Amino acid sequence: MRMSYREALRLALREALQNDARVFLMGEDVGRYGGSYAVSKGLLEEFGPERIRDTPLSELGFVGAGVGAALGGLRPIVEVMTVNFSLLALDQIVNSAALLRHMSGGQCSVPLVLRMATGAGRQLGAQHSHSLENWYAHIPGIRVLAPATVADARGMLAPALADPDPVVIFEHAQLYNLEDELPDDWRCDIARAAVRRAGAQASVFAYGGCLPKALQAAEELAAQGVEVEVVDLRVLRPLDIDTVAASVRRTHRAVVVDEGWRSGSLAAELIARIVETCFYELDAPPARVCSEEVPIPYAKHLEEAALPQVPKIVAAVKELLNV
Amino acid sequence: MTRTRKPRASAERPLELRLLADMLRIRRMEEKCAELYGAGRIRGFLHLYIGEEACATGAMHALAADDNVVATYREHGHALLRGVGMDAIMAEMFGKAAGCSRGRGGSMHLFDVARRFYGGNAIVGGGLPLAVGLALADRLQGVRRVTLCVFGEGAMAEGAFHESINLAALWQLPVLFCCENNLYAMGTALARSESQTDLCAKAASYRVATFRADGMDVRAVFDTVSRAVRQVREGGGPAFVELQTYRFRAHSMFDPDLYRDKAEIEEWKQRGPIHSLSAQLKAEGRLDEEAFLALDAEAEAEVAAAVAFAEQAPWEPVADLLKDVHTPAGAAAGGTP
Ligand SMILES: Cc1ncc(C[n+]2csc(CCOP(=O)(O)OP(=O)(O)O)c2C)c(N)n1
Ligand SMILES: [Mg+2]
Repeated sequence: MRMSYREALRLALREALQNDARVFLMGEDVGRYGGSYAVSKGLLEEFGPERIRDTPLSELGFVGAGVGAALGGLRPIVEVMTVNFSLLALDQIVNSAALLRHMSGGQCSVPLVLRMATGAGRQLGAQHSHSLENWYAHIPGIRVLAPATVADARGMLAPALADPDPVVIFEHAQLYNLEDELPDDWRCDIARAAVRRAGAQASVFAYGGCLPKALQAAEELAAQGVEVEVVDLRVLRPLDIDTVAASVRRTHRAVVVDEGWRSGSLAAELIARIVETCFYELDAPPARVCSEEVPIPYAKHLEEAALPQVPKIVAAVKELLNV
Repeated sequence: MTRTRKPRASAERPLELRLLADMLRIRRMEEKCAELYGAGRIRGFLHLYIGEEACATGAMHALAADDNVVATYREHGHALLRGVGMDAIMAEMFGKAAGCSRGRGGSMHLFDVARRFYGGNAIVGGGLPLAVGLALADRLQGVRRVTLCVFGEGAMAEGAFHESINLAALWQLPVLFCCENNLYAMGTALARSESQTDLCAKAASYRVATFRADGMDVRAVFDTVSRAVRQVREGGGPAFVELQTYRFRAHSMFDPDLYRDKAEIEEWKQRGPIHSLSAQLKAEGRLDEEAFLALDAEAEAEVAAAVAFAEQAPWEPVADLLKDVHTPAGAAAGGTP
């Protein structure tokens, strides 16, 4: 069946709400408004205001309440409108959700799922264009997922809910309208990265909103006779280094595409892991395509220049291959 | 355009006519923005203030030129009335380098620090702690100045509101917290977001003076905010003012506006601030249709000039992308004297 990324997310939410009475969705404008990105549209009518729970503008409060509800035996799905506003809730995510199990000596778990939109590309200005997945991927105690395909939008929620510990799911705002065929087997292993395209000459690693760009770059490179393997990281914590290393062993070259800023980026972490695990497999120093070190500007041409783009990925691969 | 009598120069007009003229300027500018958004000239989020003009107009007229203003993403009107040129605002919306934030900010981040307009902030509640800090700086430097902080009623659920008003009250800082209560935070109605819907009662729990005005009546806003500003300026500590208003348009250009009754919107439109004031002034014999049309034409002409300015303004070269991330060596650090 063909559907959008948004519809796939909604289908997964509906299924979770149907299958488990402990599951509820909470966040700003998830109900009456229909979800700020229309993901939860129609769910209020189906499940009622107790389970599709609109909250006031209180990110710290309602994320913390989600942590408490998870401790209390429920399976909350908390939607923070965007990663930008999750900064107001960071204390509860980092100091409560991620730590409670450890600090209690393993006495409790926090089975919380946090969903948030992320990323730039719509000229929303610096405060609405962050890509801070790496901040969350830095924290022991939480799992971080980045669905980049319709199948993963459909398949990641159930295993995330089944995880006894907090899971943060990043939905790139540029992906909501992405349409694709939902494969018969959309189930997702949230421990593994996924190879999205085969190719022998280099490995391109990407996640979230950069995956379609990486695939587009691979397409353009193929037209020029360069075949690259594209790996969707999709699990940002813990990184699936086995899949990454296996790819590097096949191609001996690595390019990492990351919408985060270069300094301290996930790309930096991935390259460190590649160097640690398969240094002697490499035929060239690993390369990366990240956002420029500037707050994301409003003006369209400057925003585009600040973000990873297909031509930059193509150029990075060609430079690595000396072609 | 119809031939109109040349209006009197704006500075010599009586207050009411200046208020009317400024509401018209905001209205016409924003109507044009909506049109330009449809045409793809303006992008990103655009939050229109249409219907709420009496709030910014009354409040900004109640301030002295030297006061500080901190606003939200729905700040086009406030910026304009603090003296940011319409051409610089329009160029900012276009993303041009001639914009008041050099095209880096967009509609939600209009800045003019020389005029003490400390932005457009797109994080709900994000401006409140800044306002407290600006007022603290004034206090510590012995400057008698008021910091007016504008926010929506939705922001009153954020921790930032509680922390900021507590600090301001505790330290008796000259902040005027100005809540534009338009009854909705995106799709969430006030009663679905606040356990205490009497916003003045909520603020009063921090032991600050509270004021309330009909935010559709620009004269009431002006009078009330003027009283509040006077009290703050005279050292009475912070104050809180609630302006009861309504936005006629959707939250932003992305909002299908499914959560409000059409009848409710229509009812509020009957109380439109421009229409109300001009009707009152006509009834009082202080305005006729011809004079109204002249003011309107003046606003339209200003908008047309601003759009023309923004259209022809150049794009910033991509080579400048990394500019203004850090202060260049040798440049003066930080705020305005
Ligand atoms: C911290 C934060 N959370 C959520 C948002 C998304 N958002 C933008 S405006 C808005 C509604 C704010 O309502 P209110 O404060 O009443 O101001 P109004 O838009 O009505 O002027 C929301 C939820 C945001 N920008 N910042
Ligand atoms: Mg509001």
